[in-house]
Amino acid sequence: MKLSRKWLNEFVDLSDVSDKRFNDEMTLSGSKVETVEREGAEIKNVVVGRIVEMVRHENSDHMWVCRIDVGREAPIQVVTGAQNQKAGDLVIVALDGAELPGGKRIEAGKLRGVLSEGMCCSFAELGMTAHDWPHAAADGLMILNADPELMAKDPGPGDEITGVLGYDDSVVEFEITPNRPDCLSVIGLAREASATFDRPLRLHRPDVRGCGGSIADLVDIEIEDGDLCPRYTARMVRNVTIAPSPLWMRERLRASGVRPINNIVDITNYVMLEYGQPMHAFDFSCVEGNRIVVRTAREGETIRTLDGNERKLTANMLCICDESRPVCVAGVMGGANSEIVGDTAMVLFESANFNGVSVRRTATALGMRTDASSRYEKGLDPMNTIKAVERACELVELLGCGEVVDGVMDVIARDRAETVIHMEPAGINAFLGTDIPAEDMYAYLARVGIERLDDSFPDADVRVPSWRGDVLAMADLAEEVARFYGYNNIPNTLTNGASTRGGFTDVQKFERSLGVSCRALGFDEIITYSFISPSYYDKIRMAEDDPRRASLRILNPLGEDTSIMRTTTLPSMLEIITRNYNYRNRSARLYELGKVYRPRADGLADEPKVLSLGAYGDGIDFFGFKGAVEAILREAKVGAVRFEACGDNAAYHPGRCARVRAGETLLGVFGQIHPLVAAAYGVEAEVYAAELSFEALCAVRGGKPEYQPLPKFPAATRDIAVVCAECVTVGALEDCIRDAAGGLLREVTLFDVYRGPGIAPGSKSVAFSLVLRADDRSLTSEEADAAMKRIVAALNETLDARLR
Amino acid sequence: MIKQQLEAIRAAAVAAMEKAEKAEELETLRVRYLGKKGELTAVLKQMGKLSAEERPVIGQLANDVRAKLESAIESRAALIAERVMAAKLLSETVDVTIPGEPRRLGKQHPMYQVLDEIEDIFIGMGFEVIEDREVELSEYNFTKLNVEEGHPAREWSDTFYFTEDSSVLLRTQTSPMQIHAMETRPLPIRMIAPGRVYRKDEVDATHSPMFHQIEGMAINKGITMADLKGTLNEVVRRLYGEDTVTRFRPHHFPFTEPSCEMDIQCYKCHGAGCPTCKGEGWIEVLGAGMIHPKVLEGCGIDSSVYSGWAFGFGLERLALGQYKISDLRLIFENDVRFLEQF
Repeated sequence: MKLSRKWLNEFVDLSDVSDKRFNDEMTLSGSKVETVEREGAEIKNVVVGRIVEMVRHENSDHMWVCRIDVGREAPIQVVTGAQNQKAGDLVIVALDGAELPGGKRIEAGKLRGVLSEGMCCSFAELGMTAHDWPHAAADGLMILNADPELMAKDPGPGDEITGVLGYDDSVVEFEITPNRPDCLSVIGLAREASATFDRPLRLHRPDVRGCGGSIADLVDIEIEDGDLCPRYTARMVRNVTIAPSPLWMRERLRASGVRPINNIVDITNYVMLEYGQPMHAFDFSCVEGNRIVVRTAREGETIRTLDGNERKLTANMLCICDESRPVCVAGVMGGANSEIVGDTAMVLFESANFNGVSVRRTATALGMRTDASSRYEKGLDPMNTIKAVERACELVELLGCGEVVDGVMDVIARDRAETVIHMEPAGINAFLGTDIPAEDMYAYLARVGIERLDDSFPDADVRVPSWRGDVLAMADLAEEVARFYGYNNIPNTLTNGASTRGGFTDVQKFERSLGVSCRALGFDEIITYSFISPSYYDKIRMAEDDPRRASLRILNPLGEDTSIMRTTTLPSMLEIITRNYNYRNRSARLYELGKVYRPRADGLADEPKVLSLGAYGDGIDFFGFKGAVEAILREAKVGAVRFEACGDNAAYHPGRCARVRAGETLLGVFGQIHPLVAAAYGVEAEVYAAELSFEALCAVRGGKPEYQPLPKFPAATRDIAVVCAECVTVGALEDCIRDAAGGLLREVTLFDVYRGPGIAPGSKSVAFSLVLRADDRSLTSEEADAAMKRIVAALNETLDARLR
Repeated sequence: MIKQQLEAIRAAAVAAMEKAEKAEELETLRVRYLGKKGELTAVLKQMGKLSAEERPVIGQLANDVRAKLESAIESRAALIAERVMAAKLLSETVDVTIPGEPRRLGKQHPMYQVLDEIEDIFIGMGFEVIEDREVELSEYNFTKLNVEEGHPAREWSDTFYFTEDSSVLLRTQTSPMQIHAMETRPLPIRMIAPGRVYRKDEVDATHSPMFHQIEGMAINKGITMADLKGTLNEVVRRLYGEDTVTRFRPHHFPFTEPSCEMDIQCYKCHGAGCPTCKGEGWIEVLGAGMIHPKVLEGCGIDSSVYSGWAFGFGLERLALGQYKISDLRLIFENDVRFLEQF
């Protein structure tokens, strides 16, 4: 909402209040100021000049050399190419060093050899349009003395032009919250300003003389759908003369960001700005059957709106219709078929109340949000329609552009009850944490029109004015009191009362510790979108019948790429890996603790978290990556960790993928991403990824460890190398060693796997280093040897692994 | 005669030892003078020829000479060892400006660093951190938060829906977690609730269809707007610095009444107005208010007994501000060159 401060001053005199103070105080009472602009601020050193004489330029067949009185001791000389001026005219002169809109600077100089000490301007050069100056020449200089309205201001040579043209208003742009549509008007903001500065509000009561006749004889009005149109008010004007509206009206419209068009249209806009009530003017000669019907559109109906577009209407769109066809999309835009034109003679002013949601949906569906619809959509005061239509008719009479027919058509389909609230000042103080006297509270409320209904004290019933549909209960009154008492005068206290337990839960602490582990291992945290494209499942080679393909689908996604809720985090991780790869980052180690979304029968989702890891570059290989996974599990004190080869997850390299278990609990999967998947993402490096269930990790994580005494007795170290078939895993060998060793084995460490000369093809040599130790004595070499014998025998028997 | 010989040996030996440069040279000298076949020993063998009066005198002298030589060897040896060590250390000198082996700890995402900071502040004030579902019922995202049917936020142009009847959606705010907390937790409640939220905004420098908010709420008997102000002032001072100046402005949210927005005085210009605060002198940091009695009642909480405050704000904007990140897209791009900066 753009507010002209000059216009505002008509209702509450704040002429002594600086823009800064106005902005600050209005903002703090709830009308947030976005910007304030001084009209004509870009124009400097441009004044009124009187042409004393003008002669032809000696070197040009079209230029004139003018001697112009600009209020100085002597006239200045200005060369101009314009032709519409004559000696004695008052013109606009940009002096040497003048600034014009768009950063243009004017400096004295020679034009074809003749000195020009400035420039004569058109209105366009001041950043204005023919809508602002309908009487001025479209091309050529602006001749001030040709405009009687300007001459009424008695401009003289040397006067600053911005003042003369009324181009010196302060325009304040407010951010109005949706609960306050009443503030989308000069009067609404005047009421707020009056309350904020505690100065009297001078409201004007429209007064229409009328010219006889009766509107009831001229038009029938019927509301078919009272929910969508609770009230429809109209008045008629005859013998209309269409002309430009007067300067003062044009100035205010321009300051408010509305383009002047003609007197009747400008009046509707002026009233909308002043009262916040959108108005529409119909050329009544185009309303067939002298009937206005407010109804929803019928199937197949169309209307050409004032912007020239043909609009298809649907059955939920409310329209203003005549006997046979729509003439206006209710609350949005009028139809070209009843537009005010140059020879319009009979006008019907509409001032109606429409259902906000309906107007918004219609405007959205038609893709045309207008000044009217943006007001209606917030729900307007139905009591405002009469005032607005009266004001419009008053302006018609003031402008002398028509005769107002007696009588008002006011069809009320739905009445709104007034709001009465029982006010308890003590309760409000308890709620706000303040100690505001009850008298002060009632005074604050009175400033915004909330009046006491009785004299009881301190509690009393108060009546909320019709334009404050947002005030419904005590809490709303508390806000009104707080606004004018000042939010910043409310004390600051720390939230007291019974204490709560607070603190992170164990699971939250574990979550944080997982992050710490990942970072200690060099992995950076990422944040990825929860939604993906269904095609990403193909990209990771997920089987057609994989249950994870059942994903929640967004019915109105931004696009295919963000249309389903992911059931796996792998595509998200691969997308980020790919992006880093494409950015030529040599390597990346990434992790995310993010959710997946598994559809549930009730329509919602299970949303478990998954710890995803991803890596490429810097020589990462399967065992480097596995080491990270192992370290994370070790830090989480997960016991009985097992790795099983996993050849059936199509996203991963069939020979370099493992499932991780803790006991029987499946924790997840990791390994090298299948080269075909990497290729699908365009990554030529080896990519590694892990997907570990956070829930499962939580379930198997260890608690506080119990201290293990440090060894008091020396250990015996024995190395062992065995030759076994290729298919025997290191894990199986290790398990066998542990099982056979008895209680003395403390560590088994793989230190070599060898294939090549000396080893039969299809076999491999695997070497371990074993640490044997007893807790209560020094181990004898006989004991150690006996254990080794058992181990060798067991390896031999169970795995056909022979000592090398 | 022997006396002169001893004196001569002493003088020659000491002189030679002081010239010795290496441990081996010194050892040769030790053998030559003090060894079994050494010069001193040879002289001492002549002791028998001496008279009974001379013998103790010369014996004493000989011992003195021996001690002298031993100590000369010792101190020379120490000196040599010192030089050897010095030479060795010199030869081992490294160029300390050569970079160390690359070791990089991973980085927490800057947005979660900011979140951690906020969580720690509230944890210190006795709050809990709660999380909840993102696929949410319209009832919780809107209705129970006093966002009526027909409200623009409910439109399909603004909110992602999973069902034709608009009953299941991606939560557009963290506020439904307030409702879940009110419905399931015993009173009093003090909680914050961070999380992902979703709105139908195209990606640009300031918008993303997915972003993060954090919600906070306290409900108890006798909670006041003064409590809200005091608590938020404390939080903001911890986040932005102890001398941060704040102000509260009336605002509108469907689920709070009175509602407010909280501004901090611009940390760059201190209120004078500059590009950082878009000339306003103030920077909006969050929205808050007293929980609307209708919201409390809708969750079965008697609003004549209990009251509460709530606040919420977007985490991305806070992170962007704190780290002076100019483009929201960087947050979700996850370029390691970006991540490693934090």
